[in-house]
Amino acid sequence: MDALERYEPIIDDYDAFLAACERPLPSVVRVNGIKADPARAVAALEAEGVAVTRREWNESVLEVDTDKPGNTWPYFHGWIHGQEEVSAVPAVALDPDPGDAVWDTCAAPGSKTTQLAARLDDSGLLVANDDNLGRLSALRSNAERLGATCVAVTNGDARRFTTDGFGVDAFDAVLADVPCTCEGTVRKNADALDDVGREASLHIASLQEDILRRAVELTRDGGHVVYSTCTFAPEENEAVVDAVLAAEPVDLVEFDVGLEHSPGLTEWDGETYDESLADAKRFYPHQNDTGGFFCAKLEVAR
Amino acid sequence: MSENTSYRFERLPANDAEKTVEGRPTRESVLDYWTERFGVPPEVFEDYAFWEKGAGKIWVSPSAVPDGLEVESLGITFLRTRQEHWKPTTNAAQRFGRHATDCVVDLTREEAERFVAGEDQEIAWDGDWGYLIAAHELVGEREPLGVGLYLHGELRSMIPKGRQRDL
Repeated sequence: MDALERYEPIIDDYDAFLAACERPLPSVVRVNGIKADPARAVAALEAEGVAVTRREWNESVLEVDTDKPGNTWPYFHGWIHGQEEVSAVPAVALDPDPGDAVWDTCAAPGSKTTQLAARLDDSGLLVANDDNLGRLSALRSNAERLGATCVAVTNGDARRFTTDGFGVDAFDAVLADVPCTCEGTVRKNADALDDVGREASLHIASLQEDILRRAVELTRDGGHVVYSTCTFAPEENEAVVDAVLAAEPVDLVEFDVGLEHSPGLTEWDGETYDESLADAKRFYPHQNDTGGFFCAKLEVAR
Repeated sequence: MSENTSYRFERLPANDAEKTVEGRPTRESVLDYWTERFGVPPEVFEDYAFWEKGAGKIWVSPSAVPDGLEVESLGITFLRTRQEHWKPTTNAAQRFGRHATDCVVDLTREEAERFVAGEDQEIAWDGDWGYLIAAHELVGEREPLGVGLYLHGELRSMIPKGRQRDL
């Protein structure tokens, strides 16, 4: 946990944060609205003897008292999908409307993609891209099991992506859930902190910035882009968003999500960021008993 | 007549008159199949389009999607049509099979467990032979599991290996 020490000055109750990072994550699933409503999914799980705890902030998020939600009837039927609670935040923040054209820049294995599909009422066109061919099969099989007919899967580099062929000049909404150092997944991957630190974060930040810039470029005027990572590193979070705010016609906007969080940073390590970054959200493991996460919502204003 | 491609999603023609690709089914024939075989009315598919990519591999997505997309997948796989008997996919049966009224075999919990484990089993069935939608009751309602092939008193599970579960 030494790699986390540099965050002590920015985290309230650092001891509680560290203690949470050492605990395993609760087992959480998301109900797939394409195939079932939460009440039926809860009833089906309870009928199998799986105790369920509902989450107040999102009716589709359920804590289940089994390590293997994949071995239940609701899973087989595509009613539920194993998804870490805090990773359900970006799709809620993006909040696309049914019929929208949406681009998911780094989509595999598809938890957020299929969540977006459900929020679109499985209508419109959701282009789910990933540059990793190996991970595409997981994305495809999740979309199939969950019955997400509006998902088109592509295998490309998000930085050079275009709207060609999709019948739109620009997307209405884009999710840039970018590759990151994944520090916030330490509760499920014990080796998550092996190769992290300021240098590793700076190294990956240019890729993240390029993906976010492309996301903004392919979004229509007035459309929204959500940027998210599962890391605590400000170099990959506020610094990336700050650079894109300075370079592209885009503003940071507020969004509501009923989970405890801390505001985005406006200064770190001698650097200052745009004041609006305070409207980004940092989710720490001790706040909601989840993994760590960062999420910012942008609005394009050309 | 042109040939089917393996890299592009091409919209099924509305009917025989609009057919330009050899051996490609029409939207009309797909809708007729679901109505005649399973009793699923065409209205269920009103907002959806059907696509072929790979010979006889039919996919379903919302209808507003443009024709000719060169993508890895579009929507979900729906139907296999190049054999004599057409075969719906497991995921199509799960997604649209709730609307089925014919050729649905209702399994007990034990039979359903064997079915999703991929096992073949003796089942009493006095309807048509061939591909059936297998279903069971889940929290008070019939819920489709997937597709089975019924022949000579036996229901063969068509659940793909990767979807099989020991429940």
